[in-house]
This record gives sequence, structure tokens and C-alpha cells, in this order.
Amino acid sequence: MPHDHHDHLSPSGHPYRQDNDGPLSYWQTMEIAVRELMIEKGEVSAAEVSAQIDAMDARTPANGARVVARAWSDPEFKARLLANGSDAAREMGFDIGPMHLVAVENTEDTHNLIVCTLCSCYPRNLLGLPPDWYKTREYRSRAVKEPRKVLSEFGLDLPENTTLRVHDSTADMRYIVLPARPKGTDSMDSDALAALVTRDSMIGVGLPKSPA
Amino acid sequence: MNLTPGTRVRIRAWSPPGHIRTPNYLRGRTGIIERALGPFENPEQRAYALPAPKRELYRVRFSMAEIWGSDAERPEDTLDAEVYAHWLEEA
Repeated sequence: MPHDHHDHLSPSGHPYRQDNDGPLSYWQTMEIAVRELMIEKGEVSAAEVSAQIDAMDARTPANGARVVARAWSDPEFKARLLANGSDAAREMGFDIGPMHLVAVENTEDTHNLIVCTLCSCYPRNLLGLPPDWYKTREYRSRAVKEPRKVLSEFGLDLPENTTLRVHDSTADMRYIVLPARPKGTDSMDSDALAALVTRDSMIGVGLPKSPA
Repeated sequence: MNLTPGTRVRIRAWSPPGHIRTPNYLRGRTGIIERALGPFENPEQRAYALPAPKRELYRVRFSMAEIWGSDAERPEDTLDAEVYAHWLEEA
């Protein structure tokens, strides 16, 4: 019968999510207090706060995919991207704010993997919010200690003769992997190429899709 | 200190309290400068809204063998991290 939750499963068979009836945490209370004070004092408006959240939510891995696709088809752009990732992203019109972006290139014999062991640094201003697993203690600790095992759990078995370079975002830089261009894509335009670039391939836990 | 790529450096084995961006697993380890990144405000002060002097920031590359010894999955694999100049000494 409707609204009978005693079995904790929705009609679709998924468990109901618990309502957030618990008390606010210390930091949630702090955030609300600071935000309300700033609005009261006229420093920002509620609409500006919402607009900022919207702007962050509008950033997606598709932005990074366009950067990668351009680098695959424009060698001069690729050189600029590897020399200064931030300037290259801005050149394509992406509003990445003050972010310092470093692009690291996968080649035939080198694979790159990004992690932030200290917290959750991620190129949010280009790719949007990181996946939940990126912020877990398991990923953050294991990606530096046993990165090949982690990659194999993502379905990526690196050949023994491939050099793996792990990048720990410990300070002011943010990192994006420039994956190697898949074979069989010579005739593809940049929209078709961008559709092959996954979020995981730009973190380094995956490879781009192969052309259909 | 102005370190050029390829210079061998050791990460200081300090253990100060506070907001430190040098991970514990790299302290005391030796690597090479991969590139210089320029000056950035020291987060050890900035985290507390204190006046933060700018420090040179470097990307330092370590071999996995240097960090994990015989536990390394593949000794020649590498790890790069950003470390501020005051945490580095020439090795």
C-alpha cells in the first residue's frame, strides 16, 4: 500500500533514503551563520550565492573532454596545454577562475594518475565536482601505495613495461590527464573525439572509449 | 633558493603541528626537481588568515622504490608532489 515504509523498499525495489532529521553539524551551523550574516550586512545576496552554486554545477567533465579533443587534433594547442594548462583552458573560453592547471600526457609508454592524498583537490573549475570515490580515504591512500592494483580494480591493467606516474595534488596546482588518442579515430571531428573522453580518463583511472 | 629541474633534493623530516601541505609519507625522502612552479603564499600561515610570505613551489619527482622500498609495486614508477622550498634541502 502507498506510504507503507515498513519494509524500507520503494516500489522500484530500492531502499528509502533516511530523512535528514538529525541535528546540524558544527560546520553546517557555521556555514549558515556566516552566510546569513554576510547577506544581512549586504556583502553578498542570496541570489549571488545561488548563482555561484549554479555556475559550479554547470561545470562538467564535458569541458575537459573538449580541451582533450582539441589537443588531439591541434598539435600547437597541445604544446600550449602542456606548457600552461590554465592559459590553454581559458583560450577555449572556459571560466576557470584563478585555478592553476597542469596537464600531464599519456604516451605509448607512460600512464598518469591523479590523486590528492591530503584532501580532495581536483580541477573543479574545469571538470566540476569530483566523484565521491576520489575523496575517500581508500582511494587517497591506495593510489600512492598500490596504484597498479587500484587501476586494475577500475578495469585498467597496465602493462609491466608502461611507466606509471602518480601525481599527488599537494598544494596549488590542479591536474588533468591528457589521455592518448585512441586508434581508429583519424577521420573524427572534435565533437566526435570529445565524446570518447571520459571523466575517469582525465583522472587516469580509465582510458578514453574506443570508436564504435 | 632557486632549484633547476634535475636537482636532487631531500624533503625535510620535520613534524610541525598545523596545516602542512607536505605529506608525511614523503618526509626524509630524496627526489629530483621536476619543474619550478613559481612563488605562492605559504599555506602554513594562509590557512589561519595570518600574513603569508610567498615561497617558491616545486614539483618533486620520487621513485616508488625511494618511497616504499621493497614494498613498491614497480620500483621505477614515480610519484610527483608539490613541495615548498622551505621543506627542501639539496641532497
